[in-house]
Amino acid sequence: MIKSELVQRIAAQNPHLYQRDVENIVNAILNEITGAMSQGDRVELRGFGAFSVKHRPARTGRNPRTGAHVSVEQKSVPFFKTGKEMRERLNKLDGHAAPDAGDDDSDD
Amino acid sequence: MSGKTVTRADLCEAVYQKVGLSRTESASLVELVLKEITDCLERGETVKLSSFGSFVVRKKGQRIGRNPKTGKEVPISPRRVMVFKPSAILKQRINGHNVADEVERA
Repeated sequence: MIKSELVQRIAAQNPHLYQRDVENIVNAILNEITGAMSQGDRVELRGFGAFSVKHRPARTGRNPRTGAHVSVEQKSVPFFKTGKEMRERLNKLDGHAAPDAGDDDSDD
Repeated sequence: MSGKTVTRADLCEAVYQKVGLSRTESASLVELVLKEITDCLERGETVKLSSFGSFVVRKKGQRIGRNPKTGKEVPISPRRVMVFKPSAILKQRINGHNVADEVERA
């Protein structure tokens, strides 16, 4: 499913809204998440998952082709951790065993 | 890390500010967006959201893990996991670069 399909599905369930409004809604959500992460904030959506930002320090890398040293600047990368309910739902169908209770990391 | 955590309430507020709908309706639309994405993933489908990233479902086979506390080997059952692949634009934004589609946010 791509963004435009998502918009169509939502519009189909909300006939009183213009497709353009639905597009704005989807974009507002994604922009809010992006904006929060760009400030280093975390976005936690219970049952879905949590977006956070991880910082990678500067390091010296190698060009794999030439073997030359190159310095890689520090950077931040977006990170997503699947929520508990989502993890469970992914494993409900088609005979996949549910994740065992023991693996637990925090949870959301 | 700055301490703030954004939640559903903030997403609803963003939708409320952007589109002329009631708070209640904004909230149910945020819920619907998440539900549609979740349903899709549950069916094993990939969800691609341009300029944001994509959510992909991966199947993992059975493997042997170890209980880190006791050191005992335990089989880990096959399962499906979801991974998020951030788009290049998202990565750039997080690193403070202004991106052409910055306009979109306005």
